[in-house]
Amino acid sequence: MRMTGTFVLRRLALAVAVLLTVSMISFGLLHLSGDLASALAGDQASSQYVEFLRHEYGLDRPLPVQYAAWLGRVLTGDLGRSFYFGQPVTALLRDRLPITMTLGAMALVIALAFAIPAGMLAALRRDTWVDHLLQAIALGGQAMPTFWLGFLLIILFGVQLNWLPISGGTSLQHFIMPALALAAFVMPAFLRITRSEMIDALRADYVRTAHALGHRPVTVLFSHALRNAILPVVSVGAVQAGFMLGGSIVVETVFALQGTGYLAWEAIAQNDYPVVQAVVLTTSAIFVLATLAADLLNAALDPRIALGA
Amino acid sequence: MRPSIPALRWGHDVIAAALTATRAFRLPNLKLLVGLVIVGVVLFVAVFAPLLAPASPYDQSLSDRMVPPAFMVGGSSQHILGTDGLGRDYASRLIYGARIALMVGAGTALLSGVFGTVLGLIAGYYGGWVDTAVMYLVTVRLSLPLILVALSVVGLVGSALPTIMAVLAMLLWDRFAVVTRTQTQRLRDREFVLLARATGCSDLHILLREILPNLVAALLVVATLEMAHAILLESALSFLGLGVRPPDASWGLMIAEAKDYLLFDPWLINLPGLALFVLVMGLNLLGDGLQPRGRT
Repeated sequence: MRMTGTFVLRRLALAVAVLLTVSMISFGLLHLSGDLASALAGDQASSQYVEFLRHEYGLDRPLPVQYAAWLGRVLTGDLGRSFYFGQPVTALLRDRLPITMTLGAMALVIALAFAIPAGMLAALRRDTWVDHLLQAIALGGQAMPTFWLGFLLIILFGVQLNWLPISGGTSLQHFIMPALALAAFVMPAFLRITRSEMIDALRADYVRTAHALGHRPVTVLFSHALRNAILPVVSVGAVQAGFMLGGSIVVETVFALQGTGYLAWEAIAQNDYPVVQAVVLTTSAIFVLATLAADLLNAALDPRIALGA
Repeated sequence: MRPSIPALRWGHDVIAAALTATRAFRLPNLKLLVGLVIVGVVLFVAVFAPLLAPASPYDQSLSDRMVPPAFMVGGSSQHILGTDGLGRDYASRLIYGARIALMVGAGTALLSGVFGTVLGLIAGYYGGWVDTAVMYLVTVRLSLPLILVALSVVGLVGSALPTIMAVLAMLLWDRFAVVTRTQTQRLRDREFVLLARATGCSDLHILLREILPNLVAALLVVATLEMAHAILLESALSFLGLGVRPPDASWGLMIAEAKDYLLFDPWLINLPGLALFVLVMGLNLLGDGLQPRGRT
């Protein structure tokens, strides 16, 4: 369980560098969106008022200065004010982030609960019809447009069977269909990686040795094979969790679930770029932190990773 | 392992028999075959859209709104797949939608392919800090949420088709870069490359004439898969109202236009949804089938 200090430091430095680059891109996004001073002033404002605001908000200063000032504010938790909602962006995020996180966590659990056993089964029954069927399911999931799947779920569970509410997010039941749709979006990657890693693990010397030593097959399967096969699943999990945050924008729109994805969608339609910028930045930051955590976790579980890096 | 419950055993035997029959073709070949057929048919439909479409995809007719498809109750043979909420012939719109899907898919794959391949070539060939810089770019790209960034940029600069392709290409080049880099690293110290260098060939010549031709097969696989990816993303953008503009026919946009009729006319959503699903599936099968037979 030893981790070399240099590996941790290098991995941390990379995360910080990526975060800084992403922050520059988000900052650029806001400044690409047009004249902020006129946007702040509103349609009817006089040109003097626009100039006054431009000076007041520091928008007449050079871009690097503005970026530094903006970054300083972001680091203290001030993401600016929404033009459209007329609220601080942090307050909006505080309201909406838990919804997207709940959705993402549920989807991740559903996807893993299906994909890991299914991937193991496919590996154990490799090249039989069970394997082919599971691979076909993965292929189908990959080709499925998330919004169509969302509507199919609504037609089936919401309209025909009338089991689940079709829009909004006031109870946990409201999350079931959106989470299913989002889970289908990330499930194929989990299934494929679990299957191929499991196939490798089952062929490995340590598994043969464990069998030869007379360990029970179940013990070999779970404590020897799966334990090694699961490492890449953790890495893929972190990456997919990040993709999910982005992909949730479609799902949230279909089910009118008021998370950050829905917020971003509304904000883009309203040209409310402080909000868009904040959602991009937050989503990327979560992704960077998730992959960082996965890498460090993997290095802790498998010391070879830190040595190889 | 046959299940012991009779009903399950019967099902098991039927599925097993069907799969043994398909195994007459080897499975990757079957994938390739099905993928080729699907993509071929869609390509044919897209190219000959003006000849195949029974009507104009844009002509509205308020007296013929939401006629169901011919195979449903109340359908008419005049509109085989019915009409949409504005009375436009649905079959024609679906056919023209194939054009947009394939155009965006191919255009994006081409642009991102060129960009990613160039980056991958120089990273793999030169190594060192160039490699570090390119891999850093890949890491940054991966940490940007795809749909969100595509949406916000398209929201800013507009959504003409070339813009959509350019924006998607800027987001989908990473796999090209990673694959090219790995393969280039593997090739750069091989005899034929060393020989070319010894005979005084320029780096440009070596990269384009010696190394790149060896990557074509691998790049084709990536291009097919990224095409599928781009088509799904375009449909998502159009579905969210920030991609292809009305009255153009994009499958994603058609689903968005039909979502108010979800309760009573779900076929308006299901037809373009199915079209998207089948095309993307076809491309994925093609990509998988083209992959050299190894660990699948």
